[in-house]
Amino acid sequence: MSNGNGNGIAIDVKGLTKSFGGREVVHDLSMQVKRGSIYGFLGPNGSGKTTTIRILCGLLTPDSGEGTCLGYDIRRDAEKIKRQVGYMTQRFSLYQDLSVRENLEFVARLYGLADARGAARDMIKRLGLSGREEQLAGELSGGWKQRLALGACTLPNPQLLLLDEPTAGVDPKARRDFWNEIHALAAEGLTVLVSTHYMDEAERCHEIAYIAYGYLLAHGTVEDVIAKSALTTYTVTGEDLNDLGAALTGKPGIDMVAPFGTSLHVSGRDVPALEASIAPWREKSGLNWQKSSPSLEDVFIELMGRSKDNFQ
Amino acid sequence: MSAVEHPEPRRDIRERFGFLRRSYAMLVKEFIQLRRDRVSFAMIVMLPVMQLMLFGYAINTTPHHLPSAVLLQEDSDLARSVLKALENTKYFRFLYEVHDVDDFDNLLKSGKVLFGVEIPRGFERAVRRGDRPALLVAADATDPVAASAALGSLGMVVQTALAHDLYIGEPPEMPFEIRAHARYNPAANSSLNIVPGLVGTILTMTMLIFTALSVTREVERGTMESLLSMPIRPVEVMFGKIVPYVLVGFVQAFLIIGIGVGLFGVPVLGNLVLLALLSTLFITTNLSIGYTISTLVQNQLQAMQMSMMFFLPSILLSGFMFPFAGMPAWARYLGECLPLTHYLRIVRAIMLKGATMENLRFDTLALAGLMLLAMTIAVTRFRRTLD
Repeated sequence: MSNGNGNGIAIDVKGLTKSFGGREVVHDLSMQVKRGSIYGFLGPNGSGKTTTIRILCGLLTPDSGEGTCLGYDIRRDAEKIKRQVGYMTQRFSLYQDLSVRENLEFVARLYGLADARGAARDMIKRLGLSGREEQLAGELSGGWKQRLALGACTLPNPQLLLLDEPTAGVDPKARRDFWNEIHALAAEGLTVLVSTHYMDEAERCHEIAYIAYGYLLAHGTVEDVIAKSALTTYTVTGEDLNDLGAALTGKPGIDMVAPFGTSLHVSGRDVPALEASIAPWREKSGLNWQKSSPSLEDVFIELMGRSKDNFQ
Repeated sequence: MSAVEHPEPRRDIRERFGFLRRSYAMLVKEFIQLRRDRVSFAMIVMLPVMQLMLFGYAINTTPHHLPSAVLLQEDSDLARSVLKALENTKYFRFLYEVHDVDDFDNLLKSGKVLFGVEIPRGFERAVRRGDRPALLVAADATDPVAASAALGSLGMVVQTALAHDLYIGEPPEMPFEIRAHARYNPAANSSLNIVPGLVGTILTMTMLIFTALSVTREVERGTMESLLSMPIRPVEVMFGKIVPYVLVGFVQAFLIIGIGVGLFGVPVLGNLVLLALLSTLFITTNLSIGYTISTLVQNQLQAMQMSMMFFLPSILLSGFMFPFAGMPAWARYLGECLPLTHYLRIVRAIMLKGATMENLRFDTLALAGLMLLAMTIAVTRFRRTLD
């Protein structure tokens, strides 16, 4: 089923800007999300991810900018968008004093599903919550709460899911299950926009966008983003990595030094300068240097460091 | 969770009767939440019963044995008889007997007595001559309710009591004049007036608080964000939140009137159906005002404060506590803007005077107008976005 524009674009916005109390939270943001894809939204806390998601589902009106969501104008057709979009808030926002079944029936009735009870029953089965339907939502564990929240926003069969940090504070097993479900939903044709802090989750997205201080800094597939970063990374293993890290930080050509477990990632965009700076340590005994491609995390931390210099 | 077996989702979404359907969804949700909130649920019954018992008995109880003093400027048999008769009314208890005017004044001023009876010099002689001398009864103005009840009953009781002392058979008229000096002149509120008044006061308080918290609670619990992201309109949220409490208010009104009739012997002279209908209108008006408050404030504390700001004038300016007609014009205008003012007239008129719809048209229209005004403000003020 395709509404409005049938060109396979679910979200198409240009130049979105939003300020709160004089502080610009989202700055000239443009993005496109393909139908049926999983689009990851990454960025540090307070970078404007939540604000952008709220603009997309009509909860906030942008100060400027325009665009469509599922073919509907985000300014004029907020009510139509709401019918087709499932929004899962960052904070658990179902009724804690209602049971699992009552919460789902409430949503089903609000959206006008023909058989609210039946729809809730099916969803409980699908979520694997059978036997817990009479439990109060507030008494569920974190992982079950997330699953219930996801169930509640997929219940009315939306075309687009907006998930705001759905797996924050959830254990790895529950996170993996959650992502399996998201992929299953995308396979059914649902478009999913999901914000996250987790790099492993970012790598499970079809496309990602990185946003910091309200600016969209990079977007594309994971490979694109890494390639476009033009970052060269050396991975060092050996002894006294802390001292090495301290010595290298701030040297010309070295944009970022980050410890990863027993290794140290030294990255920079200016390769000759980087190599000149690390030269004195290259031959040191006890250190093993290896040129590698940067990880997504390297790219993001470098982007974050750079954007901090630019915008703060 | 196994992502493999997916029962075919029900895609059938109905657009007809959307308004009713969404309001109903909201209503069911509110009912469940109310049922689960045991404290609130208990308050529905406890609040009116307790308040009615407390206020009903506290305000209604006829004052007894009010501390009194007598200024005796003549020690005669008749004076003694009058005092005895006064004491027999059970309103007065004479604690002090003084012979000096200053002592008398000081007793009243210090609050040691609420009443002072002055028997003037030459009282008995004047009575026997048929001069109708004055028996001065001074009342402490600070306790007007006590004063008015005691003063109101003076004449007849004293006359009956004295009849046996002075005459054989019925005296043709009061042999002396009782001159009551009360600085406060209360309205002719009988004790029966208070129970119907309590119906309105209690309903105002409980209804206001129930809905004043409803929207802010959703905001504070974080559920508003997801509610707003769903296709529900402000008017539907409002109806869903008001309707369950109309029933609650109806139960409360029934309780209060039931207790009033059963325990306090208040009559219901008028039509019960009319009373129920207009009470429902009043309940809805208050719920709408509470809901409006809820859309205006930021948090639950502010909601409570604003409810109190509305509740106090309702009690003071509606004619519940002080006679409406006795207030200055500006206060009466203010009072006309309060639903309680109109409901008090309605409920007193129906219960005590057997009034019909014909008599109550103005107050009914006023209530309906206030309700629509509150609802309009609420719906326009309800924020559909988080901006």
